Amino acid sequence: MATSLRCFLRSGQNAVSVVCRRGFQRSAPAGVQVTVRDALNQAMDEELERDERVFLMGEEVAQYDGAYKVSRGLWKKYGDKRVIDTPISEMGFAGIAVGSAMAGLRPICEFMTFNFSMQAIDQVINSAAKTCYMSAGLQPVPIVFRGPNGASAGVAAQHSQCFAAWYAHCPGLKVVSPWNSEDAKGLLKSAIRDDNPVVFLENELMYGVPFEMSEESQSKDFTVPIGKAKIERPGNHITLVSHSRYVGYCLDAAAVLAKEGVECEVINLRTIRPMDVESIEASVMKTNHLVTVEGGWPQFGVGAEICARIMEGPAFNYLDAPVTRVTGVDIPMPYAKILEENSLPQVKDIIFTVKKTLNV
Amino acid sequence: MQTVRRMELKADQLYKQKIIRGFCHLYDGQEACAAGIEAAIRPSDHLITAYRAHAFTYTRGVSVKKILAELTGRKGGVAKGKGGSMHMYAPHFYGGNGIVGAQVPLGAGIALACQYTGTDQVCVTLYGDGAANQGQIFETFNMAALWKLPVIFVCENNQYGMGTSVERAAASTDYYRRGDFIPGLRVDGMDVLCVREATRFAADHCRAGKGPILMELQTYRYHGHSMSDPGVSYRTREEIQEVRSKSDPISMLRDRMLGANMASADEFKELDSEIRKEVEEAAQFSTSDPEPPLDDLCNHIYHNDAPLDVRGTHPWSKLKSVS
Repeated sequence: MATSLRCFLRSGQNAVSVVCRRGFQRSAPAGVQVTVRDALNQAMDEELERDERVFLMGEEVAQYDGAYKVSRGLWKKYGDKRVIDTPISEMGFAGIAVGSAMAGLRPICEFMTFNFSMQAIDQVINSAAKTCYMSAGLQPVPIVFRGPNGASAGVAAQHSQCFAAWYAHCPGLKVVSPWNSEDAKGLLKSAIRDDNPVVFLENELMYGVPFEMSEESQSKDFTVPIGKAKIERPGNHITLVSHSRYVGYCLDAAAVLAKEGVECEVINLRTIRPMDVESIEASVMKTNHLVTVEGGWPQFGVGAEICARIMEGPAFNYLDAPVTRVTGVDIPMPYAKILEENSLPQVKDIIFTVKKTLNV
Repeated sequence: MQTVRRMELKADQLYKQKIIRGFCHLYDGQEACAAGIEAAIRPSDHLITAYRAHAFTYTRGVSVKKILAELTGRKGGVAKGKGGSMHMYAPHFYGGNGIVGAQVPLGAGIALACQYTGTDQVCVTLYGDGAANQGQIFETFNMAALWKLPVIFVCENNQYGMGTSVERAAASTDYYRRGDFIPGLRVDGMDVLCVREATRFAADHCRAGKGPILMELQTYRYHGHSMSDPGVSYRTREEIQEVRSKSDPISMLRDRMLGANMASADEFKELDSEIRKEVEEAAQFSTSDPEPPLDDLCNHIYHNDAPLDVRGTHPWSKLKSVS
């Protein structure tokens, strides 16, 4: 019972509606279950169809259907011109993608994981991010860099780094980090339609997770705005801010804490840069307590930035306790399962931190 | 060529007067390359180069006035003073790029766009003898050849990568051959007609859908690597003098034209004095035009976007950015 309850919680449905659906005959919901992978696939399919200038390039995106099958079926549908397999040359193909954007196309450049983007990071930062500014607006760069970011399972140190902080540090980029299917689809569509370089951080462990998507989100014009956070769960006692996979962990922690009478407000950042600090501030001014949760390393990370901004802004005076960050452990990712599990935030760590902050 | 020469010498002067700051990489000696290439391509073709870019900015259509004003960091500069020497742009001219070699994949990407949209435009993608050893260039060669992109790779070999001579940097100094499976030409980069004809050949090759081609232009720069380099610690003054007297691109063309009675000495004199005037006026503008206003500081971070707030140096400094 406990494990199935956890499964349902992690997939975003609340326990009550699940029980109802089991116990009573109801008409089929207008929403439909869609995995994050399929949501991303739909987003790219719709945008490829909508705009001739959009195309996808990266390793194995075409004939292999994508290393993680995110681009499944796209090459079959759109062909060699729109879905391009590249050799293993990140710096080269990222530069080619940026150049094509400068000349008027709208490329989606996939990194098999963002760890490999380090090979190409000069093109992302110096060629893409800074060019609009350096040219005083003469040369825009409408490109999306996407791929899985952060820890996977058992892939060890060189394949597990979170790049949210690195990319979000740089002006000129937009950095987006979806959690569920609605985020994934809506934000990817927005990113592709955006005239600026967008770093789109997916999560490999989330690809297979199904979420209910509303009828509205199934429309071909459904987009989620970049730069706006979402309150996934309202609450009065403490604010939890997170992005990507850990939004789910925060909701799990919130469910457990609710049984003890602690109501958490869970904010899904959705966008890292530009960060929707106003939403966090408004929440903190209501709850007076803040905990940030992320998978990345603590030093100079997303949580560190949130702490600094809260201190510098109006919400500081509403805090009844210091802001605390829950982060990955400050080590390269180990391989052994028990070590890996203990290198990343767990639900119990979030619960512990909330109770410490509230002094309960 | 003469305009470029005068413009670069004026930039030298302004730099020594500390009116131009930071990096300033001058092109005098190499004029035949920029002029010859532009003469052989169309305005609808594309061009991208590295940081020694003032000449190409001019040949691609930006006025001397806007170039000098960008060097002096004024609001009338081609990038409104935001870019400086290495970051000037124009339609179908993609800079001015500061990171050695990074412009080469960009150039192939521009060529990809030409191919993708079904035009017969080509992209001239330049790099130097120093950059020729960059890994990303070889990655680009591979993809350009694989996908038959219409790129003309041009290696401007001026014999020195900053202070390092080609012999000390490259196991093979046959830069025209280093494209391996990409056909390569070695061209006298001091002879503008040679450059023009070679470029014409290269452009035809690309337009015929045969894929990329590589040209090595053997040329020379009179100045050091940049204005902070006197340019004589790694080469002799005699060498510089010899090139100036025997292979100067402007003198060579002028002598040729005089010899073939295509123009008179007076016509050249008149042309020179017009150019001098143009450059002088441009310099005047570049020193009198005001610097960009402070409220332009944060603009142009994004394109086509709603205005956003930008943090200043401290939290009470709330700045605004518009696209």
